Amino acid sequence: MSLISTLARLEAVDSGRAQPLATVRHRHLTDRPLVLVPLTTAGEAGAPLGALVGTDREAPRLLSVAQPRDRDLRFAFLAELAEAVLPHIESYADAVEPAARKETDPETGKKVDVEVELCTDAAQLIVPSRAGVEFVRLLGRSMRFRRTVEDDPDTPYPAPARVPLLGRWLTHYGERARVPGSSLLLATTDLLNRHWATGQSSLEDQHLGALLAWVDPPGGGSGAEAALRAELERDRAGQLVCPPAGPATDPAFDNKLLAPAIERFDRARTALATAQDGPDFDTRLGEQSDAERAIRSLLAGVLLPTWDAVWRSLDLLRELPEGARAEDRWTRDRWSFTGHRDRVRAGEPPQPRRDDAVTAAQKLASRETAQAQLDAQEALDDPLVMAGRRLAGEAFVGEVAEVQMAYSESKRPSPRPLVTVRTAERPHLGERTKVYRSLDGDPGRSQTAEFVEYASEDPDDGTVCLVLRITDRMGRGKEPAPGSVPEPGDRIAWTLFEHDQRGGPKLPDPENTPWTHGGPPGSGGGQAEQPDSVTAEDLL
Amino acid sequence: MLATALGSPAAFGQSQFAFIRGNAFEAKVKADGGTELLRLLSERLGGGAEAPAGATVPDLTAAGPEGRAARTALALREATAAGGWALLDHPMLALEVAGSPAYLEPDAVVVHPDGTWTVVEIKSFPMIDSSADAAKVGAAARQSAVYVLALERIAAVTEGAEVGHRVLLVCPKDFSNLPTASVVDVRKQRAVTRRQLTRLTRVEDIAAALPEGTTFDPGCSAEDLGAAVEAVPAAYAPECLAACELAFHCRAKARAEGAVESLGRSVRGELGGLTTVAGVLAAAAGKEGDPADPTVAALRRAAALRAEALESVSGRVPCP
Repeated sequence: MSLISTLARLEAVDSGRAQPLATVRHRHLTDRPLVLVPLTTAGEAGAPLGALVGTDREAPRLLSVAQPRDRDLRFAFLAELAEAVLPHIESYADAVEPAARKETDPETGKKVDVEVELCTDAAQLIVPSRAGVEFVRLLGRSMRFRRTVEDDPDTPYPAPARVPLLGRWLTHYGERARVPGSSLLLATTDLLNRHWATGQSSLEDQHLGALLAWVDPPGGGSGAEAALRAELERDRAGQLVCPPAGPATDPAFDNKLLAPAIERFDRARTALATAQDGPDFDTRLGEQSDAERAIRSLLAGVLLPTWDAVWRSLDLLRELPEGARAEDRWTRDRWSFTGHRDRVRAGEPPQPRRDDAVTAAQKLASRETAQAQLDAQEALDDPLVMAGRRLAGEAFVGEVAEVQMAYSESKRPSPRPLVTVRTAERPHLGERTKVYRSLDGDPGRSQTAEFVEYASEDPDDGTVCLVLRITDRMGRGKEPAPGSVPEPGDRIAWTLFEHDQRGGPKLPDPENTPWTHGGPPGSGGGQAEQPDSVTAEDLL
Repeated sequence: MLATALGSPAAFGQSQFAFIRGNAFEAKVKADGGTELLRLLSERLGGGAEAPAGATVPDLTAAGPEGRAARTALALREATAAGGWALLDHPMLALEVAGSPAYLEPDAVVVHPDGTWTVVEIKSFPMIDSSADAAKVGAAARQSAVYVLALERIAAVTEGAEVGHRVLLVCPKDFSNLPTASVVDVRKQRAVTRRQLTRLTRVEDIAAALPEGTTFDPGCSAEDLGAAVEAVPAAYAPECLAACELAFHCRAKARAEGAVESLGRSVRGELGGLTTVAGVLAAAAGKEGDPADPTVAALRRAAALRAEALESVSGRVPCP
């Protein structure tokens, strides 16, 4: 945590309300995000308990598992989840626009433009918390290697038809969520924490109810008190008034409410299995569906507060204007979405259990680039983020005091004007350190200058004058193009980091990677992934 | 109980689903005299040797924790002397913590024919694609390190015995209830725990420093208890919330005092000598503090930059 955000937290403690950490929204939100609030069974891996899912805040779809340890009921849940999620994803897959992508021509070895499809928008998935993002990954992992009857008629416990496909999509979303700045799959707590500082620790900020209470206290009271209530308040029956955002449930809920309800369902089901025909059967069928309804209403009771909190958070975030460069990052998400769509359509096998060395290195490199890009773009979009970089000595704002024309010493001298800048800040400048500034009217272009020397220091007001030499973007002529050189009196923000972060050198293709780094011989692929071994019993 | 009496009950407890699942899995792993467990053990630690056909499972029942600990020590000595495989199911170990004995119950300890003792920890969190949640594995390793330390006390007085520093962690494989295992080297955790145990203030010393007549009886009034708890110094940090029943009480106290640690340990490090929220804000606003202090100077710069940035967009930022 930087000092400037620590200060924001302390201000929040003092005022009892969350304080802004950003002045624009740094994540893209689509018009129609799909919100998913999952719950899982304590102690079981990949045994979902229920979920609320949907794109309409007024009409969430409740999915539930009456007995989470029962394989058939779990499969029914997953099939229903696939029915809720996949149509949403697929509705984005067919709206495409033409785009160009550079590819190496295999014959000539030259880079050529290839026209490809790019989805005009991508399906966005919102979960309540970071644990929810992990759960999406886990669900994806548990489903993508399943076999359906169509894949293999002899497979034990075949999965419903669309479940493996949902597994592949959720895996893709879970993987994409690890790329800094991506918005395909977002955790609501992360979104709020990015934009507001609360008066509690980052550990406590993982509680969606408490976090939202700081940002938007009900009735406009003190956020601190509201957060404490959200964290701890219990009703007469000992149940939390603000249930945890999941996927884990509160142990008191499990023990006092859910366990008896599941037991009742189990009894009703056993009774139904032994029932004879006729009226007896009907009564028992009624008992079983009553028990199932009771479980559904219990789950709805703990899911709905979280559902509302997620939508309320989205409202708050939409009040912030979107950062100018967030769209650029969303375009990358659209490429990622389109890429996965193409892989699914081409019939490629599901993502492997573990990435091979080449893929892992590529992913790591691209995430590092994305992080650098995110850091630079957020600072350029948002003066408050830039303030943090200025405090760290990675950027500074100064007024141009003097411009002196100078030329490079070459056969064809080019303009290298010397600009004297007066600033009260203390950037970390060394000899010939490069600094960058945005050019007006074109956010994508930046001008480079290098640090020459400190000209003078004014001990009275603590300002220094420093001399910069502009080195590019001044046109081809002997005289710099009009408007391309700063003028005295201009107030300019200079950064020590590049505005447009490019990745390092491209990694070689897998077939050209040496075996020491995971390339050929026998490089990866080859053996298809086997489905997981399964518990022999019907119950876990 | 004490926390509830103080008015800050802790939300601890385990879901019975997790409890049942954990017990069922442990029973499955230890079924048939530990055949499956020994197979996993020799697979991971045996260096290619064939799995033992069976092991003796000594009876460890005795009255009270002291009795069970003595019975365990005896069983360990006998098994080591016998030179065969032995599986101790839920042995009881004693370890001195801050001057008073603490009793520990590992899931299992296996005695090898060569006299090595291996701690086995059975957990119900899954190992998916041969990797498990790092935080949970770390907790299991720290827990096992304490067992290893306790076993070393017994091994020191047992001829031919040695405690393995590699423990066997048994977890469900992927999404099934089939067990799989992994070897965890706990030398680091053992060293850390050993060092922490020697540095702990002895309980008698803490008790001696308390005022006469201090009691922690939950039957007392909240004020008396508050004063009693106050008498024992505590350094609250948000990490306490995950581990200690009294954390909510300490947090309420830390917040009331305006201690900056309630925002996290790292915050304290950043703020140098300034320890209260009010002090930091006054220093940042230029009302207090020595401008020559680098922390104060940095705070004032941060405050000025933050105010400037917020000013530049004022009206655009919806203040919640």
